[in-house]
Amino acid sequence: MEPAIFYILAAVTVIATLFAIAEKHAVHAIVYLVTSFFALSVIFFMLGAPVVAVFEVIIYAGAIMVLFLFVIMMLDLGHPERARLPGGRDWWPALVLGAVTLAAALTLFVSRGPAASAAGKAIGVKEFALALFGKYGVAVEVISLQLLFALVGALYLGKRRNDRGEGGRRLGEGQSLLREERHP
Amino acid sequence: MIVPYEHVLVLAGILFALGLVCVMVWRLNLIMLLIGIEIMLNATMLAFVGGAARWGMADGQVFSLVIMAMTSAEVSLALAMVVYLHRRKKTVEADEFSELKG
Repeated sequence: MEPAIFYILAAVTVIATLFAIAEKHAVHAIVYLVTSFFALSVIFFMLGAPVVAVFEVIIYAGAIMVLFLFVIMMLDLGHPERARLPGGRDWWPALVLGAVTLAAALTLFVSRGPAASAAGKAIGVKEFALALFGKYGVAVEVISLQLLFALVGALYLGKRRNDRGEGGRRLGEGQSLLREERHP
Repeated sequence: MIVPYEHVLVLAGILFALGLVCVMVWRLNLIMLLIGIEIMLNATMLAFVGGAARWGMADGQVFSLVIMAMTSAEVSLALAMVVYLHRRKKTVEADEFSELKG
């Protein structure tokens, strides 16, 4: 029963990803990709990784894809008739390269023959947390630093300023306005 | 382990190839290019989780979580950059941004 569910979910993932790639409307592509991520998260769950499955839904489908949607709607990019679409000249080198990569990988797997799959036990939340915060505690610290850098960088890039560098002056004006409001 | 490890790796390989094709086809649209990178990182996460299930160790899952955190940082920064570039030239086509100093 479980292998059948795995293969069905694998098919759903691959087909949804294919549709996402071939879709010229960016919003539709994002929705196809969310479908693919949901199927992939169930695959993660069946492979004995409940924590990763939950984070896949929460962070990937819930946060990152919504961030994409937010940017597409904010910049008004959901008009495929206005954008330049890839033609046949763009498709065939990519398809050839992808087919070669895929054929190489499949040949490798087929030539090795079926290896004996060890009966791996499912990994619970406790063991995962022990590994994450014990053995890889430094990685957690590095990730927190990285997220802080990303926050600062996004704030810097997203700050609205014009070309003559008057952003700082306008910020100062805003602060003085605030001060005047506070002390009339 | 419900299915052989090779089948998980084949699925991860197919997804990675699809992400590669997406990056190469849509190299003129920054948003779709980032989506292709997301697909490739997901395939990598699937390979890591499959390895964790194959050998019964939590390390692969920790790595996939690290990849997820790295992706969220990367996407937030890249999308902020997309917003900045769109504010400069009113387009998200990658070919428009070919010079360093604008």
